[in-house]
Amino acid sequence: MNFDQARFSRDDEYEPLLSEKDSTTVEVDSEGVLPDDLTRDELTLPALSEPQLARHYTRLSQMNYSVELGPYPLGSCTMKYNPSFTEDVAADPNAGVHPDRSDRTIQGTLGLLHGLQEYLADIGGMDAVTLQPPAGAAGEFTGILVAKAYHESRGDDRSEIIIPSSAHGTNFASAAMAGYDVVELPSDDDGRVDMEALDAAISEETAALMLTNPNTLGLFERDIVDIAEMVHDAGGLLYYDGANLNALLGRARPGDMGFDIMHYNVHKTFATPHGGGGPGAGPVGVVEELAEFLPSPMVRETAAGYEQYEPESSIGKVHGFAGNWLVLVKAYAYIARLGDAGLADASAKAVLNANYLASQIDLEVPYGPFHHEFAATSGDRDAADVAKRMLDYGVHPPTTKWPELVSQAMLTEPTEVEDKASLDDLAHAFNAAYADSDEALETAPTKTSARRIDQVSAARNPRLSWQALGDDE
Amino acid sequence: MTAGNGRRVGSPYAPHTDADEQAMLDAVGVDSAEDLFDIPEEVRFDGEFGVAGTDEQELRNVMADLFSRNEELTEFLGRGHHAHYVPALVDDLSRRSEFLTSYTQYQPEIAQGFLQVLFEYQSMLVELTGLPVANCSMYDAATALAEAALLANRLRRGASGHRVLVPEHLHEGRLGVLENYLDGAEMEIGEYPMDDGAVDVEALADLVDDETVMVYAETPTVRGVIEERLADIGDLAHDNDALFCLGSDLVALALLEEPASVGADVVVGEAGALGLGTAYGMGLGIFATREEYLRQVPGRLVGVSEDSADMRAFTLTLQTREQHIRKERATSNICTNQAWVALRTAMHMAWLGPDRLVDLATQAVTDARDLAARLDELSGVKAPLYDRHHFREFVVRTDQPAPAITNDLAGRGFAVHALDDHHLQVCITDANADAADGLVAAFEEVI
Repeated sequence: MNFDQARFSRDDEYEPLLSEKDSTTVEVDSEGVLPDDLTRDELTLPALSEPQLARHYTRLSQMNYSVELGPYPLGSCTMKYNPSFTEDVAADPNAGVHPDRSDRTIQGTLGLLHGLQEYLADIGGMDAVTLQPPAGAAGEFTGILVAKAYHESRGDDRSEIIIPSSAHGTNFASAAMAGYDVVELPSDDDGRVDMEALDAAISEETAALMLTNPNTLGLFERDIVDIAEMVHDAGGLLYYDGANLNALLGRARPGDMGFDIMHYNVHKTFATPHGGGGPGAGPVGVVEELAEFLPSPMVRETAAGYEQYEPESSIGKVHGFAGNWLVLVKAYAYIARLGDAGLADASAKAVLNANYLASQIDLEVPYGPFHHEFAATSGDRDAADVAKRMLDYGVHPPTTKWPELVSQAMLTEPTEVEDKASLDDLAHAFNAAYADSDEALETAPTKTSARRIDQVSAARNPRLSWQALGDDE
Repeated sequence: MTAGNGRRVGSPYAPHTDADEQAMLDAVGVDSAEDLFDIPEEVRFDGEFGVAGTDEQELRNVMADLFSRNEELTEFLGRGHHAHYVPALVDDLSRRSEFLTSYTQYQPEIAQGFLQVLFEYQSMLVELTGLPVANCSMYDAATALAEAALLANRLRRGASGHRVLVPEHLHEGRLGVLENYLDGAEMEIGEYPMDDGAVDVEALADLVDDETVMVYAETPTVRGVIEERLADIGDLAHDNDALFCLGSDLVALALLEEPASVGADVVVGEAGALGLGTAYGMGLGIFATREEYLRQVPGRLVGVSEDSADMRAFTLTLQTREQHIRKERATSNICTNQAWVALRTAMHMAWLGPDRLVDLATQAVTDARDLAARLDELSGVKAPLYDRHHFREFVVRTDQPAPAITNDLAGRGFAVHALDDHHLQVCITDANADAADGLVAAFEEVI
């Protein structure tokens, strides 16, 4: 499977910048259109022909790794294969209407949104779902705002959100943005919620506990029923971070476990492409009692067709319009394609793959048993170096140095789309890199389009545009 | 059910053969994958969702049928969300899997292609705004505005309060998002009045004070009006030690005054006008600011560095601002962003180049002026309502009820927006300009 990544270079740089290929300054002549003092004098931008652009972007694409090139086992990121056909479906010119269209004229669009609300509610065991949040973190923020609105509606002023130390960083940031103090919860010796610490942390100030289950070590929180009871007894709400939902499809539902609010990462669980960092979508599901607080608009079905409506005590808006529509279309198509049996099978294979891979690598894998991901440790070797060396064995490495619970962590999630041969290649890359010399690790990677990049100097001397390069060179 | 790859049940995208699966189970030491689920009995789910699963070919038909339930209307709709023609190059190259199915560039050596595209996107934003720092995407204009307000509040400057001033004509989506983002920071929103569709600068002067951390203005406004006194608004903000945040879009910025020259400290707005199309309101938020606020910027930044072969290379940088490192002390919770949309926007901007981008912007002024003039000739119609310069869109006053007119126009194949009982809003771009004659004719019939 070993590959050399494409590399296009000239002198001391790789593929030149657009601005270095051809840049033009045009004078802006607004005579007869606008008064001079309302317009700019000139504009400088690249000016390339279409064939030149086609070559530029194709070359750049060949200097980029993707899930269609090979395994991408980034823990907690769920880098699945993204089916081609959902792209075609989303590109249907009838699908992408303007958001100001009247409900009557966009029954197809609203029908899909309604259908996806229902699919996600069923899968999560929730009563109502909003599709508006444009990413998982936006979903967290939305969910916490809903929790806040719920408490306030009861005249209950609470100030704290409890979050396990192993949780995604976004949990902390979202809770803080909503105005809450974060209470960080340590893990116990087997990597799960420390029940005594939880008992000590919960109080009348607890607005919610944010939990990922299985957690970021791939471990199922077996005490979940007790946890839910403790939080609810204190008057708090239980929030489910859906980042790891891929491990549970058709096996367990957050709603059944006692969660009151959850977000879904459709770009993870439901195979919409990550697009190099986005767009994603972060729909939020809630139990009946919280439905009235969801963002506006929601979609419902009436005798006359689908219509948008504002929930009774809606928190308002978390996106200027309706969220990331194209992503939602792909998620809908993916769920409809797989159905119950396909979704359940995806989870089974994801969990089998993680456990098989964990059994085949030489690195120590603490804790267990695992669901869809595991945190190996590179022990006295630097995890980031081992990861760089793995690139030379033709795979994308896992997430490194997180969660903090495991020192030199390599958080690995192969997902269901890898076959045995590919998992064996991954194991080989782990084992070979781990066993390589210090020199091999420190000089890696050598087969990628760029060699080891100095990230410290990038931060010390920020050059964030080609204009800044001009100052420098 | 046939999964499409010869397997009768299960995920069509799980490639395991029976023999491989058995070998893997043996290696793990279990009889079945079910044995690996460490879930207490009391929370096991044994029901069904009732989703049948569908062949790819059949599902294509189902989806096409669903979308065919949308009426085919030529949209003259805008209000801050604009469709311009997207060149085929953008659709074609942005769908290359190396871009579309890649992840955030946490291993930069293997992600140089996407990093360079984002660096080029940032650079083109620097050119258009005149501000030296641009991030590589926010969700949309609304969330970018909200993040700008939070940035202003973190800086606080000389302010004793936490107030943000916004125009009374602010899109309800932007206002709604702003309210939600500002609630947790215990900030307030004040609205200043508009005069004939533009900022009432004298009224604003009375409202800006030392409680104010940011003044926000837009050009064009949600009513399509080009603001004529941006520098005065900027001065008002700065005289009161507040930030001046300007909202715009990439096409307008190609023609209108450079934000840096009117004193903008932050530029936000919608970039999806290039490269995205209507997409039911999906967007791409711009965020650009001054060098001195660099470490307060939300979202991702791509910077230049060198690799061990001394070649120039790109990497995500200044990540200590971000939530995966800073947690609750991060500048923002944004993680997944709109990178792929930024890629499409960059491709569209590069495809246009400076000449065609300026032409497109100029056309947005002249087409709006011409269409308004033609509608104004109809009896019972005044267009544009405001005696101002317009960009792409304008308000129309009608003697007859506006909602009835929009209904009748829909019956003739056109979508326009009803603002209230006697006001419509009409938006024209290169995407619908060739239907302008038809729209005018339909107007004549329905009024």
